[in-house]
Formats: sequence, structure tokens, C-alpha cells
Amino acid sequence: MAIISNGTTVADAGAFSASLGSMTLIKTLTASSSGTLSFVHGTSSVVFDNTFPIYKFKFINMHPATDNVQFMHNGSINAGSNYNVAKTNAMFEGEKAEGGSNGTLNYITGHDIANGTGNAKFTYNCGKDNDQCVSGEMTIFNPSSSTFVKHFLTKVSNSHNSNYIKNTYTSGFYNTTSDLDAMQFSFSSGNIDSGKIELYGIKDS
Amino acid sequence: MAVVSNGTTIIDAGALGSGVATGKMILIKTLTASSSSTLSFLNGADSVVFDDTYNSYAFKFIDIHPATDDQAFTFQVDTGTNTSFNQTITSSFFNAQHSEGGTSYLMVRNSGDQGQGTGFQRLTEGSGADNDQSCCGTLTIHTPADTTFVKHFISQTHNAHSGDYAMNNFIAGYVNTTTALTRVRFKFESGAIASGVIKLYGIGG
Repeated sequence: MAIISNGTTVADAGAFSASLGSMTLIKTLTASSSGTLSFVHGTSSVVFDNTFPIYKFKFINMHPATDNVQFMHNGSINAGSNYNVAKTNAMFEGEKAEGGSNGTLNYITGHDIANGTGNAKFTYNCGKDNDQCVSGEMTIFNPSSSTFVKHFLTKVSNSHNSNYIKNTYTSGFYNTTSDLDAMQFSFSSGNIDSGKIELYGIKDS
Repeated sequence: MAVVSNGTTIIDAGALGSGVATGKMILIKTLTASSSSTLSFLNGADSVVFDDTYNSYAFKFIDIHPATDDQAFTFQVDTGTNTSFNQTITSSFFNAQHSEGGTSYLMVRNSGDQGQGTGFQRLTEGSGADNDQSCCGTLTIHTPADTTFVKHFISQTHNAHSGDYAMNNFIAGYVNTTTALTRVRFKFESGAIASGVIKLYGIGG
């Protein structure tokens, strides 16, 4: 039985017909001394295919177990058997010290990647003080395209281990026309002590 | 009485059924300026939610128009029921500028960042008060109610500068407190907010 209000079908066949928003939470993973956090399409209710044209990961208070480490990502084209897809990115950042020395804006040549298969960095030199963490987001476009490389945009705010704020931006592409079907997140050394990663799908307009 | 369609509970007891997928970007509150000296969002007042209900909160600025020319649009936060709006902030600020005359720059803005400062954090600089000038953008504050970590924020705004520049501003930082934030205030450094709309959204949770 459909629910019709003022001539408009609101619900039918067990689902709403009315719009319920265009940003859908797909999966939340919570770190607890975790070596990595991985989102694999088709596993544990994760959707990461052509269901949505755009996917967004939100990083909430990612706290490393080890001081002075890099927060990183990598992708897979074989459902997480390997995370080693070639990628190229650009990285720039603004930074400012708690001590108040002048802020800077720089391109970061030492932490970008050029068609490398290793993990790509969101930011670097993350601090592990009890109140330090990394928060931000990553957007990936059309991961299932069989025609194009897979573009991504990231921006994070990082409590640097030397008590800086690092406002780090990267953009790049996974250099594959294969189906990117899994993503993995980690620190360069040591565990993700705590933190949460949420995966959202952004619907077509 | 529950509304059940095709075996799925759509609505019951005044709420959507648990099986109904809903959007994860929820409009909480809209404030509209009208020669307003400040606009403030206070958790628990006037239907404002700004606590641990959502993982992050996004403020959207829509055509914020200053009453006084050449002003920075700013924000600060506070805890509990305090009204000082002077929490300690370390932040980074850089922008890209392009004048209507064709001159362009990319620069860090030390005039807009803070190193353990307690002032209002700039989100724009030099916003113009011509009748057709305004500023727009987004400020995201992550986990404001967290009592373990500093509170990261990331903002991107665009303003029509008083000198007839387009300014694309990138700001990020952290409020250096482990006390829960409960309130956010926006204002221009001098003069009122002549007009404009600020929308507060909750994301995730």
C-alpha cells in the first residue's frame, strides 16, 4: 500500500519515494590499536562501486600510537588482496606554530608521490600527545570507472608532533582504469591507536 | 499506529523506522543577519544542537555582507555557558587572490593566523561592503564535545575583497582545549553583519 499525501507518493513498496538527502552513511570503522582500517566493497556492508558517483571518507580524531608518523592511504583493485595501486599526487600546506612564529605556505616535495605503489600521505609528522590527532576528509570520484584514472581530493588538519597546525591538501589520481574496490588507511609506523573513519556515498543530483 | 509498507516499518511512534535510510547531513539551525553585531549558535538554545550528537558540524555562509568596508569575517567558540568567546587557537591561513584587473597572488596570510591566540579567528580578509559584495563558504568543526583531543576545524571561504579581488581562503587549526565546546559566534571585526545567512548542519553520528 502506498502512502500518498496531497497527490504525491511519499512511500511505496517498503521505501520512501520522497528525498531523504543526498549524503548517505555507508560504513563506520572505529580504530582500537588497529594496524590498518580497510573498506572493501561487498564486505561488512561496505558499498564502494558505481552505486554512487562520489565517495567521501571522514577522518575523526585519528590518533597514532607512535609519535612523528604519517597518515596514509592506498587502494586495491582485487578486493583488498593487495593495496598497491600506482598513484600520483600533489601536496601543499599552510602551517603555524603554537609559539606564534610566522606561518608558511609550501609545496611539500618530500611527501608527495609520483606513480608510486606505496602508501600516499595525507599529512606527515603527526603527533601522539594525548590530545593530538588528525581530522579531515577524502573525496574519491567514480572509483568503478573502466575508462578513467580515479581522482581524489583530500584536506586534513594535523596536530604536528612539534606543536604546529598543519593544514594539508593533496589531490591526485590512482593511475588505473581497473575497478578500485577497496581502500586502506594507516599510519606509517605503529597502530591507529584510536579514531573513526566514516564512508559516505554522495548521490547523483 | 505504525505505517508499514511491504513489511517494512516506515514510521512508528513519531519517528522513522530504523530500517529507513536517512541522509546524514542534517540541517539544525538557520540564522539570518539583519544589521546584526554577532550571530551565535548556543547548544541547547533555540533548537541548536552542538554537542556529541553528530561527529562534525558544518556551518555554511551564504552571502555574508558587512556593514563596514574592508572587514574580516571571524569566529570564536566557548565552553559551558561562558560568554567570553576567547578560546586558545592555533591556525593556518593562506589564500589565492585574483583582482578584477587581472593581478594574481598565492600567499600565506600571517595577519589571519594565530599561534595560541585567543582572538576571533579570521575566515576572510578585507571583505568589501559594496552593495554587490559578500562572502560565502564553509567551516567544519570536528567533534566539538570531545574531552580527550583538541578540536580541529577546517574552513574554505570566498570573499569579494574591498579592493575588487576574488579571494579564495583556506584556513585550518585547532582550538587547544580538551573541554567540550558548546557555542560558536560569528562577527565582522568591525561593524555589523548587514545581511546574510548562516546554516548549521550536523554530519554523521
